[in-house]
Amino acid sequence: MPEETDLEDLKRGTELVKRGFAQMQKGGVIMDVVTREQARIAEDAGAVAVMALEAVPADIRKRGGVARMADPARVAEIIDEVSIPVMGKARIGHRTEAQILEAIGVDMIDESEVLTPADNDYHIDKREFTAPFVCGARNLGEALRRIDEGAAMIRTKGEAGTGDVNQAVTHQRAIKGTIRELWGKTHEERERWARENEAPADLVHETAELGRLPVVNFAAGGIATPADAALMMHHGCDGIFVGSGIFGAEDPVEMGNAIVEAVNNWDDPERLADIASDIGKGMKGQSNVGMPEEERLQGRGV
Amino acid sequence: MPRVGVVAVQGDVSEHAAAIDRAARSRGETAEVVEIRRSGIVPDCDALALPGGESTTISRLLRDEGIDEEIRAHVAAGKPVLATCAGLIVASRDAKDERVRTLDLLDVTVDRNAFGRQKDSFEAMLDVSGLDEPFPAVFIRAPLIDEVGADARVLAAWDGTPVAVREGPVVGTSFHPELTPDVRFHRLAFFD
Repeated sequence: MPEETDLEDLKRGTELVKRGFAQMQKGGVIMDVVTREQARIAEDAGAVAVMALEAVPADIRKRGGVARMADPARVAEIIDEVSIPVMGKARIGHRTEAQILEAIGVDMIDESEVLTPADNDYHIDKREFTAPFVCGARNLGEALRRIDEGAAMIRTKGEAGTGDVNQAVTHQRAIKGTIRELWGKTHEERERWARENEAPADLVHETAELGRLPVVNFAAGGIATPADAALMMHHGCDGIFVGSGIFGAEDPVEMGNAIVEAVNNWDDPERLADIASDIGKGMKGQSNVGMPEEERLQGRGV
Repeated sequence: MPRVGVVAVQGDVSEHAAAIDRAARSRGETAEVVEIRRSGIVPDCDALALPGGESTTISRLLRDEGIDEEIRAHVAAGKPVLATCAGLIVASRDAKDERVRTLDLLDVTVDRNAFGRQKDSFEAMLDVSGLDEPFPAVFIRAPLIDEVGADARVLAAWDGTPVAVREGPVVGTSFHPELTPDVRFHRLAFFD
């Protein structure tokens, strides 16, 4: 056996370790779950991780009131139930909820607009945490501000709980399209773009040169069918969050399996036809075209 | 030019593809890298990478897509494989967990996530047999190698536990050599 390595050199919670966790989720489906039974179904369906929350976004929408972090005891039960990573949602700017989630061993924290924001001006300083964070974004400026705050993963905001993929497409197109524009700009044009869009200049240059976000970029918000998931992969997403779309469907097992298979076969329409057949009805949903501004969750935390 | 396939049903695929490219270039060679999400591609590959990701998801999709038997045939033909983290779990003889169907490419047993949850994930410099200088190793919810069969050789250990093994053409690591710019593990597995 080779020589032992010195244990004192060990480093936890580094950017490499946090972003690396997000990289391991790529090509996968992360499913919202409320109970340990749902978590088991999600794991059996092939989810790469589950997002533990108190109610799925569609129910949060219906119920109204203040939406908060889930009961830590329920999240702990879900951690106990499954072998895959468990994520949890904290309110925007609510560092204490995030600390509690980290303390119970959540693998990634979603600082989420689906919950009621706790701070009108600031997001959580995510660099001070060992746990990695994912944050939502509607455009490149938002995405780069979140990365600057320490987010290890970006997801589109979409319009959560609607089952309408329209806004996720809009946000992903905005992010990708802007990166393509920046790629063709000169150094000083990128500097100007950074100032005008309140984005850190170093991240603007890095993103333009990479031709993509420097962290993993998932789709979220309104994805309800295998075809929706495949569409978001076509738009260059690294993977998919499905919120209400699994357990709001007529047959969550069939829907969960089908969405996992659809992400692997997103570019094969014949396979997709087979995957999308006879899986029961998707969630009912609510079109977000013409949705009043006050009902939209995506404007929270820019 | 060797054709190296990266099993791409789920996980950090582009990181392996980039690492293979860097490793080949470091020797003044080029490699053709192909992604494998369906059956029919593995038989044309000279070497394979099994990436990190979620072992339950990867093992399920390998079976669904009929890629699992192709990978076994690849190893039976003596062709190289580098399996990292979840890839190591899938490549093992037994993961002691009914949620993962292993391929038995390496005579080791593993404990999934034995190093703990994400908050326990870490990076460290690791001494590796056959490498002159320590290797930067990134462990993410890493599996622990438990029993090592007679024909498998331990290449590196962390805190008394094997974290890199080789058996014939197959190299398995608990950590992620694809996440750092250091190409030595990809060279060792595929090109040296």
